[in-house]
Amino acid sequence: MNENIVLEAKGITKQFPGVLANDNVNFDLRKGEIHALLGENGAGKSTLMNLIYGLHHPDNGEIFVNGKPVAIHSPNDSIAAGIGMVHQHFMLIPVFTVAENVMLGDEVTKRGSLDRATVAAKINDISRQYGLDVAPNAIVGELPVGIQQRVEIVKTLYRNAEIVILDEPTAVLTPQEAEDLFRIMRDLTARGVSIIFITHKLKEVLAVSDRITVMRAGRVINTVNPGETNEAELANMMVGRQVILTVDKKDREAEGEVLNVEELSVRDQRDLETVHNVSFSVRGGEVLGIAGVQGNGQTELSEALTGLRHPTHGKVVFDGKDVTGKPPRVMTETGLAHIPEDRQRHGLVLAYTVADNMALCDYYRFPFSQRGVLQPKALDEHARQLINAFDVRTPSPFVSAGKLSGGNQQKVIVARELSRAVKLVIANQPTRGLDVGSIEYIHNEIIKMRDRGVAVLLISAELDEIMALSDRIAVMYRGEIVAVVDAKQTTREQLGLWMAGAHAETAQ
Amino acid sequence: MDWKRFGFIALVVIVLFSAVVMIGQVKQPPLLIVTSMLATTIAVATPLTLGALSGVYCERAGVVNIGIEGMMLSSAFFGWLGSIYMFHIFKMSAGLSIALGVFFAILTGLLMALLHAVLSITFKVDQIIGGTVINILAVGLTGFLNRQLFFGKESVFGGSVPSSPGVLPTIHIPLTEIVGPICGASASCLENLTAINRVFDQKPIAMGAVLLVFFSHFLLFNTRWGLRTRAVGEHPKAADTVGISVTKMRYANVLIGGMFAGLAGAYFTIESVPSFEPLLTNGRGFISLAAMIFGNWTPIGAWAAALVFGASQAMLINMQIFRDVIPPQWAFLQESYIVGLTPYILTMFILTGIIGRTTPPAADGVPYEK
Repeated sequence: MNENIVLEAKGITKQFPGVLANDNVNFDLRKGEIHALLGENGAGKSTLMNLIYGLHHPDNGEIFVNGKPVAIHSPNDSIAAGIGMVHQHFMLIPVFTVAENVMLGDEVTKRGSLDRATVAAKINDISRQYGLDVAPNAIVGELPVGIQQRVEIVKTLYRNAEIVILDEPTAVLTPQEAEDLFRIMRDLTARGVSIIFITHKLKEVLAVSDRITVMRAGRVINTVNPGETNEAELANMMVGRQVILTVDKKDREAEGEVLNVEELSVRDQRDLETVHNVSFSVRGGEVLGIAGVQGNGQTELSEALTGLRHPTHGKVVFDGKDVTGKPPRVMTETGLAHIPEDRQRHGLVLAYTVADNMALCDYYRFPFSQRGVLQPKALDEHARQLINAFDVRTPSPFVSAGKLSGGNQQKVIVARELSRAVKLVIANQPTRGLDVGSIEYIHNEIIKMRDRGVAVLLISAELDEIMALSDRIAVMYRGEIVAVVDAKQTTREQLGLWMAGAHAETAQ
Repeated sequence: MDWKRFGFIALVVIVLFSAVVMIGQVKQPPLLIVTSMLATTIAVATPLTLGALSGVYCERAGVVNIGIEGMMLSSAFFGWLGSIYMFHIFKMSAGLSIALGVFFAILTGLLMALLHAVLSITFKVDQIIGGTVINILAVGLTGFLNRQLFFGKESVFGGSVPSSPGVLPTIHIPLTEIVGPICGASASCLENLTAINRVFDQKPIAMGAVLLVFFSHFLLFNTRWGLRTRAVGEHPKAADTVGISVTKMRYANVLIGGMFAGLAGAYFTIESVPSFEPLLTNGRGFISLAAMIFGNWTPIGAWAAALVFGASQAMLINMQIFRDVIPPQWAFLQESYIVGLTPYILTMFILTGIIGRTTPPAADGVPYEK
């Protein structure tokens, strides 16, 4: 066995009810390398890592650390073996300080009471050594996401981890924060820490890793070196077929103004003003992309525009009518299609059938309803049409929407919203968590709407998606639109700076 | 716990105390009125304080416990019953019977809490339903046994309630004796000292409750146990990923909470009045939950809120002493139902969040699923 291999998983198999999440998986990690684990959602990457970290137990297979077989029954065992994990959804307690979060589970005490000073000194040491810049006494919930992630990294180093698993670490970061993270990752490997980097972003994998292992449907497809491959090849391995990574979009003159938003301010449920004085307009036949890191007011903005939340100030004019604060039904009837951010909570009634979900916008109108009674035949026929037209993979229109995969659930929403005669589409994170195939499909549908002369407001935290689809791009930061630019005249770097709060002098 | 809230508490207590001092000063010196009222306040706040602490332990660990009322009621009954059994059937001495009564009350609280823990942690039953089960069970069980044991023809005690071995004694803190010498020959100084001493002369459960407040506060915010308890109540998954057993932490804290509720029950029948009547806790378990919320889930805050309720009850009690000197325009104050409403009105104010919002632990009431 190779001396340099610090972690090896051999023949790992894990069966969950209905899915073989890991099928005879082999994986190894060398000392001081960044080994990327690439795959779509549901490919089995997170399952494999949860098995290594002790959150689940494999049905079959063995894990070796530094050449010795280890039995990992709980996170305690993996921590003892020198494995640390930074989870995609941070495992931090927002009301605790950094020091309290770091020491939790491995506390230092002095005569029964927590020794916060000793822990703080240790955090400062680690922080200095790896350039992490984390203040031990800050309250975690008040820190920006990028710093919270560093706290997670400190947590693993505090426990003397020599193997660090990073699960989709860049999903919540701005491009600049991601660059910082990559620098930290290289610093860590330079000091002998080995890193497993889980992601589905091809660019990052090629930029930062030493080796790349691609997983699909619970199996390892291949392990390659970044110098000997390219994005297209990796995408093919991930999906299992040819994928067109770019969206085919022709130039097109924008038409008249469809949506005009003036000085809109919105408060969230905690009564904090999360959208301040936002003004913009969307014309027919154009896609206005709203870029920004999650949590900068995009949710409240889209809720205010779709009638789900009352704005506190400002005016919304849609199709020449003042619709400020009007309920969702008025918006729908004026010609709004809404693809909501959270498809399971706001887009679908999971317990209802696919057919019922497809009629949620017009169930009360002819032909779905006659004299106040629903017409099953009309609903059924309508559903069958849409299932065909939008290629929804469902056994029948009478299956409950909750039983479909994420991609097909989103297709049900897209079918319902885009099949009506609409003038405006508001799509909030339309492809979050979907597989490459579904993303491709939904992007094409959005471009089709634009080509038909419909106005599209696309809100997304994925910069690639914004750049691929938009004609104009607005950047949101802390509830304000800090810049509006022509999509052709900007760069990822420039947008990234705005997303991180740099102000634009020349907003057009 | 913020200053706005402590300020509100101080204001209410001062208003209640001033009202009594204004009326009573023709009969007694103000210092004496204030100290005797303070002594009553601390004593009658005891079950609320312990009940609120019980809630703090449970909810900080992420388990909502609305069954505190039922735990108190059943502990009051079984603690009292235990002391009578020990005294009459096993012929133990009065002192030992009383001590064992306290033990049985705590044990009852523990067992009721175990039921709540099994329902809400192991079987993940809705925690509000689990608590309601305990409340209903306690009312039925104590009412039924009370009737069967004491009032039936064939009952163990022959159809009448036997005399109880008595209540816990007051413990004298020798403050006057120790500090007294500095007064020298001044008689008024010694008199004042004796008055102040009355605040500290409490019965054991009342005294214990105050100590437990500070102990619990330290435990929750300065120890490993507390850090882990709060972690499983805020973000159980985060605790799980660093190797803390969410189930064990939650069980332990719910059981500790149950023992506190048991001690609160013992206050009613073993420390305050040696008798039991059905429904004697009279909603105090629910008021303790209001105190816990008002205190923002901190022991010291909850204690402060419990003292407000105690003060309004103390006002009612002290008004009786001055019944003959109450001016006619204040006469309504001696109507017990008017002053008696104070705790309930306060509870409503507190729960509406008028005095600032409180934040419960993030995972409070949410069963943990891996």
